[in-house]
Amino acid sequence: MDRRQFIKTTGAGAITAAAIAAGCAPRRDEDKSGNTPSGMPYRVNPNNGDRVSLLGYGCMRWPMVKDASGADIIDQKVVDELVEHAMTNGVNYYDTSPAYLQGQSERAAGLALKRYPRDSYYIATKLSNFGNFSPEASLRMYRDSFEQMYTDYFDYYLLHSIGGGGWEQFKRRYLDNGMVDFLKKEKEAGRIRQLGFSFHGNQQAFDDFIAMHDRGEIHWDFVQIQMNYIDWTHADGVRNVNAEYLYRQLDDREIPITIMEPLQGGRLANVPANIATRFKEREPDKSIASWAFRFVGTYPRVLTILSGMTDMAPLKDNLDTFLDFKPLNEEELEFMEEMAVLMKEYPMVNCNDCNYCMPCPWGIDIPGIFRHYNKMITDGTFAQSHEQKEYARLRRAYLVSYDRAIPTVRQADHCISCGECVPHCPQSIAIPNELNRINRYVEKLKRDTL
Amino acid sequence: MLRHIRIVLASIFFIAITLLFLDLTGVLHLWFGWMAKVQFLPAVFAANFAVVAGLVLLTLIFGRVYCSVICPMGVFQDIVSRLRVTRERRRKNHRHFAFSREKRIARYGVLILFISAFLIGFHAFVAILAPYSSYGRIAQNLFAPIVQGVNNLFAIISERAGSYAFYTRDVWIRSLPTFIIAAITFIVVVILAWRGGRTYCNTICPVGTILGFLSRFSLFRPVIDKEACKDCRVCEHNCKASCIDISTHSIDASRCVSCFDCIDNCKFSALKYRFAFGAKSAVRETEAPGADEGRRAFVIGAAALATTAVAKAQQKKVDGGYAAVMDKEVPHRDTPVTPFGSRSVKDFYDRCTACQLCVAACPNGVLRPSTDFDRFMQPEMSYERGYCRPECTRCSEVCPAGAILPVTPEEKTTYKVGLARVDRDLCVVETKGVSCGNCARRCPVGAIRMVLKDPSDPKSLRIPTVIETRCIGCGACENLCPSRPISAITVNGRENHLEN
Repeated sequence: MDRRQFIKTTGAGAITAAAIAAGCAPRRDEDKSGNTPSGMPYRVNPNNGDRVSLLGYGCMRWPMVKDASGADIIDQKVVDELVEHAMTNGVNYYDTSPAYLQGQSERAAGLALKRYPRDSYYIATKLSNFGNFSPEASLRMYRDSFEQMYTDYFDYYLLHSIGGGGWEQFKRRYLDNGMVDFLKKEKEAGRIRQLGFSFHGNQQAFDDFIAMHDRGEIHWDFVQIQMNYIDWTHADGVRNVNAEYLYRQLDDREIPITIMEPLQGGRLANVPANIATRFKEREPDKSIASWAFRFVGTYPRVLTILSGMTDMAPLKDNLDTFLDFKPLNEEELEFMEEMAVLMKEYPMVNCNDCNYCMPCPWGIDIPGIFRHYNKMITDGTFAQSHEQKEYARLRRAYLVSYDRAIPTVRQADHCISCGECVPHCPQSIAIPNELNRINRYVEKLKRDTL
Repeated sequence: MLRHIRIVLASIFFIAITLLFLDLTGVLHLWFGWMAKVQFLPAVFAANFAVVAGLVLLTLIFGRVYCSVICPMGVFQDIVSRLRVTRERRRKNHRHFAFSREKRIARYGVLILFISAFLIGFHAFVAILAPYSSYGRIAQNLFAPIVQGVNNLFAIISERAGSYAFYTRDVWIRSLPTFIIAAITFIVVVILAWRGGRTYCNTICPVGTILGFLSRFSLFRPVIDKEACKDCRVCEHNCKASCIDISTHSIDASRCVSCFDCIDNCKFSALKYRFAFGAKSAVRETEAPGADEGRRAFVIGAAALATTAVAKAQQKKVDGGYAAVMDKEVPHRDTPVTPFGSRSVKDFYDRCTACQLCVAACPNGVLRPSTDFDRFMQPEMSYERGYCRPECTRCSEVCPAGAILPVTPEEKTTYKVGLARVDRDLCVVETKGVSCGNCARRCPVGAIRMVLKDPSDPKSLRIPTVIETRCIGCGACENLCPSRPISAITVNGRENHLEN
């Protein structure tokens, strides 16, 4: 099957799936625009018949506020409202981890969800044993998740972010300490309904994990991968694998796929102006983000697409996209590929703002620096050379906004390249190199030698 | 008419010079910078003979118009005493001022002390008395924070509006003793000006005394026409220099600051500003300085001694997702670091009048007044908040005293103001066992080389070393060193900056 044929078939499949799902959507708010959207699409997990909403809620980006002592805490009231709105509109998959948001995400999701019948939603959480691989620590983390989330079973349980460090690291985190065997038993006992893993790494690592499945050592019920129209065929290929490869491998084995980073941490919702124009020319009333979701949702093996919606605006926008879900047709998929090629021409840093690298022991605001740099590029306010029109204004804009966004002692020039952050990055960004690159750029701006 | 011309010119000078100290943009000196350079003492220290000769000539011809127009401290006092006069104006013929005798011993006493202090290199005393510099310190320490505060308010608004027109500036006291001196000078001058107009200029100010001496011989000066005078004493009661004595119909030319108020005030046109070379100024001999002077001297002396170091209470804020970053502390420097453009440390401190113009101009938080007794209030460099950035030449552009010569960014590297040295006991490569090299990576002149900690082990971590001949002392390494609160690499001043 060549590429074109494949797109055709999968597209048609998605449309069918959406049509089937439309008939049995749960109750939801009436659409205020007067349109009659077809409702939240549901995808069926072939393993157990779970009807999972195509839009899943990622719990890595709940809104944070400062408490009386100045510490960051999750704004539970807003979380409750968000979950209420999501539940009302048929979102039934909630993905969290004991590591997210300084360890507070599970409890916040648990509090918001326990207001609903336990069988009206699916919980996905993870074994995020990044620091301590000992069986005791891993077990403690596993058991604590039940308590945090007020439940006695997990619908979906993942080995968190495997692939980085290859087979060796996987062996240390999950095999040598007996956790894989333990989790298999937990599944038999019914405390885990579906066991899978989330993946960040190179092709060799992925092949190794799939080989386990093929050898029958473990049955991966589902796999969570990073997929979006950039990573589909434009991953760097050295440390990350093209999502297309991952998808094909899993699709061949009929393993359901859950999707993370459909927007690359929001970067695909805020694209450079000329690319944004291209999207808006086609769908003036649809958000830029909607295209990225539609791209992912077009592929039928996708069980759910996770989006970390921090507040009501992205939630409503996403519902807008999903309640009237239209998969992309062949021509549109080609258009997306064209946009992906355009995007790659911008020198943005591939950071998804997941904060796994933080806190940097030297106080550097790593994601903040990348966020600011990327924003200046996508906003079209990026000073590039002396010859540029309005160079002086753009230069000032960069330098002033840089100081506003990041306190000077947390800026890139204070990075000592110790490299402690590098293994934490699921995107395998060479963080010190990127910080140095940005700092060289800032130095050129300051010295006015660009 | 003459009075109005004087007021207009004085306003221009005063506003422009004040703006030099409040300037947040760094471009005003292009237009007004010369106004600081025609100040008397800075011109003397800069050995700017043209300006000094011009001012001497100006005084010999027209009297002390310098004190009424050019000197910001003089104009500042006029503003203060004017406020009082306006308040009292409702009462007709009120005696705002009255004639007083010249306090000659005080005047010349202070002048002699001033010159001696200058000759023996007691810079702090010179700096405290220099009028333009005193005003500069007031503007920089007291007025600038207000302007910066307002700026920061605008910055918040402009940030909300997504504009880059304003951005937040750090408001910080660069040196507490200097701040206290400035505050005391401000209070003393305001009280003196409120009560007696130009008392400060005519009893303390060394420039006032020098120019006063010259103006005894000035060609043009106000004179009283005895025939026309009706002895109403309006001129005397409005003379802020207290130099008109109607009982003898004389004006003390050495204290007259040529403000022309008397000429405009006289309803009988009995006062004329005219060619009057050699006219007797009829000055009576004076008594020894009174209790007032004694008290004043005490206040100034006490403030000079109030050199308590700034106690930095550093509150650490734990920022949730961020590791705390400790503030840096000032390391010990055997020799002070003085700006690029200063020929040598000695030459710099000999010429500097501690006016704080460079301190106000420094955008990197590097320059601050010294608390060291030898060079009290004169600026020195330190790198806790930033470093002397390669593209910046602000201080050299503004210095009126020739202590910092103008340099271009290219010329900067030909000066070597300091030399970095490494304290291996503090270096994070040693203390934390991590790979670093930030100092070498950020050094703008490539003066730092990373060498193997253990030369026999090619895999060992690398520690920084300084190539002495390359280091210029800009402080990038010190500022960006991860060791806190004291950097593992610190800059020590070099005595001679042009030696290779």
